Amino acid sequence: MRFERRDHPSRLVTVLAPIGAILAALVVAGVLIAIAGANPFRAYALILKGAFGSRLGFSETLTRATPLILTGLAAAVAFRARLWNIGGEGQFYLGALAVPALGMIPAFAALPGPMVMVACLVVGAVAGMILLLIPLGLRLKFGVDEVVTTLLLNFVAVLFVSLMIEGVLKDPLAFGWPQSVPVPDHAVLPKLMDRSRLHAGLLIAVGMAIFVWWLQSRTVFGMRARAAGLSPRAAAFAGVPLGRTLIAVACLSGGLAGLAGAIEVMGVKGYVTTDLSPSYGYSGIVIAMLANLNPIGVIAAALFSAVMFVGADSMSRALSIPSYIADVTVALSLLTMLVAIFLAQYRVRR
Amino acid sequence: MTRVLELSGITKRFGHVTANEDVSLHLDRGEIVALLGENGAGKTTLMSILFGHYTADEGHVRVEGQDLPPGKSRAAIRAGVGMVHQHFALAPNLTVLDNVMTGTEPLWKLRSNRAAGRRKLVELSQTFGLKVDPDARVSELSVGECQRVEILKALYNDARILILDEPTAVLTAQEAESLFATLRQMTSNGLSLIFISHKLHEVMSASDRVVVLRHGRVVAERRTAETNKEELAELMVGRKVERPARPPATPGKVLLEGIDLSLSGKGGASLHGISFRLRAGETLGIIGVSGNGQTTLAGLVSGLYAPDGGTLLVDGQPVQVHDVPHAIAAGIGRIPEDRNAEGTIGDMATWENTVLERIWSPAFSSRGVVRRGAARAATQAIIDRYDVRGASVDGRIRLLSGGNMQKLILGRVLEAGPDILVAAQPSRGLDEGAIAGVHERLLEARGRGAGVLLISEDLDEVVALSDRICAIVNGRLSPAIPPERANAQLLGLMMAGDWTAAAAIEAEASHAV
Repeated sequence: MRFERRDHPSRLVTVLAPIGAILAALVVAGVLIAIAGANPFRAYALILKGAFGSRLGFSETLTRATPLILTGLAAAVAFRARLWNIGGEGQFYLGALAVPALGMIPAFAALPGPMVMVACLVVGAVAGMILLLIPLGLRLKFGVDEVVTTLLLNFVAVLFVSLMIEGVLKDPLAFGWPQSVPVPDHAVLPKLMDRSRLHAGLLIAVGMAIFVWWLQSRTVFGMRARAAGLSPRAAAFAGVPLGRTLIAVACLSGGLAGLAGAIEVMGVKGYVTTDLSPSYGYSGIVIAMLANLNPIGVIAAALFSAVMFVGADSMSRALSIPSYIADVTVALSLLTMLVAIFLAQYRVRR
Repeated sequence: MTRVLELSGITKRFGHVTANEDVSLHLDRGEIVALLGENGAGKTTLMSILFGHYTADEGHVRVEGQDLPPGKSRAAIRAGVGMVHQHFALAPNLTVLDNVMTGTEPLWKLRSNRAAGRRKLVELSQTFGLKVDPDARVSELSVGECQRVEILKALYNDARILILDEPTAVLTAQEAESLFATLRQMTSNGLSLIFISHKLHEVMSASDRVVVLRHGRVVAERRTAETNKEELAELMVGRKVERPARPPATPGKVLLEGIDLSLSGKGGASLHGISFRLRAGETLGIIGVSGNGQTTLAGLVSGLYAPDGGTLLVDGQPVQVHDVPHAIAAGIGRIPEDRNAEGTIGDMATWENTVLERIWSPAFSSRGVVRRGAARAATQAIIDRYDVRGASVDGRIRLLSGGNMQKLILGRVLEAGPDILVAAQPSRGLDEGAIAGVHERLLEARGRGAGVLLISEDLDEVVALSDRICAIVNGRLSPAIPPERANAQLLGLMMAGDWTAAAAIEAEASHAV
């Protein structure tokens, strides 16, 4: 048996690959559910019902998908240019922390409402950018592998957040709980639905996905970024400024992850704690892969992931099996997607 | 003579494509057979069948009278068939000895018998004149030495029949010559060889017998002594090919001038005080053994590097900013040395590859947004005008053959109407038909008044196309000679760096003329 590269991976195969991958992941996870003592079909039905069956469930699913779309985009744009940003989690947290930090500055509090909101979003994005520009600088200057540095900076960032919310940013009214001061009043994102947590951040996330799609497929920057990722040598010969292109990609990627953090804290929680993110940053990597790095696909992959997490909670209550099954399914879908990407590009020959 | 290898009636199809059809050939002991054919004629497929990488649809292979089971490389190795691939399969972080011994001992053996392995390797290397240090790391070896290791690897497995797939594709002329001397010696030790090639001169100088393959069939078989280059070229291509002749030059004003250019380190060899002048309507040919600064010089003129010292003048104006967009805007067209690694990005579409280097021009983008319609139309025009076969505007460029890829590169460069053309190894790895096409385009550009800087290791090419010839040696440029006075001895001395001797010969030749 051998593998041969397909000359023309058909559009159909490219679209079917992620669907097949998710089905395969569901089958394998179904076996695990059966071992845990429940009927897999019933479990999946309950997951769907939990995620879509009620107004509350539906709004929760979309709320959950919002940061995932943004961290998924962050990973997708970076990976396209072969910039391995594994630091979405840390960038998410710094982006979130930037919002209450900005609120501490009196001059900002005096600004008109809409400007406060925009300023908070921008500062969150910039915080994420800075955290990714450090490892990129190390790579460009000294050739340090950014997989390692971005990954390790996640821990640095979370510990830094911890330090801040135990220190200068600590909320004096929180009865000693380690949480930050609340975000400025004007920075709280408007709700999209009454009596739910769903907020305007969803629109920003979807808007960013469309913007990134346009950027990648229609602009000079997008073409250069892809060229730089696929073949640095040929890109340099064609006059693509490699360093500058990668810096721009890093700003976009880190900015999106930082924006995800800012939006989450402005839309859902209102203050920063160290459990703000159930690893949104890492999930973004899985989502980007599931979407085959396609920005529009990221929306679908983020929804899948959100459905699993929200639905699994209610499923686990009904069937009394652990809700970790959602983590397992999403993780399995990454593995099956990697296989599917391979099979979409290669054909098996005997 | 004993027959050591016989292929009879081999047919192999891939889907609708027939790669080999009813191919039969044989090899006698101590013989060197050249398998000649253009790219895509089915040479490599045939040898892969012999070696068990592919299974033939019809026909069979016999080694020393025994049928070889199809599709089993291991059986081929055991029967004494060794293959040296065009692209080396060596682990660069291991030593020569490790590389040679890998796969020869069972995995579960706890101790590898390195002493015996070393003895055998040294003995082989002496018997066959393949000099190499068993303890050197492969990453430190030159390309020629890597090839020797590959051959030794095959011999270590007791190969009696050796197949070499385009063995000279990556070698310099000198290395190729010494390789062929080695091969000769190997046959006198009882080995039998098949080498695959599309280069006529090496087939003529190194083989006993030539089998010509075209479109997957054997079209002719000749004893090398009884044929000539012209006949073989015609057999290989299927029609008479003639490389275009160079009309007399009408040099105009100086378009490109280098004054005392130096550059250290970047991209390989350094340049030390290079000065040259390139006029409109002429071709300046630069020859030399690879690694003497050609790549650096081409990169410098192409805008990839800035010089450490000296000045580059384009159209009489010193170049201020050394980068690619400025070079292109100044009218420099660039044909890169390595089509696959530098000239194109395999996984991008043909249209993207066509416009990427000019994407900043208003023709292809406005305000940062790519003008896809215009870019696609321009690409389609190039595909049509330059006869790029097998290309579609949206298809990935990696699907193109080398010759068609080069046509596309020529197209994207020449459509911009450059005043100066830097052509680095423009016909490397191409077959006869494609080479003639490239030469025609280069002469056309010269005829329309462009200055062509031709950097090539192919001496025939340089002599045929150039109006003046220099050699580059250790980053220095020799005085130029006219091509009429070029002969093997003179060019050899120039490339060796013995310019005083070269000047003496040239003076003599000019008296004679």
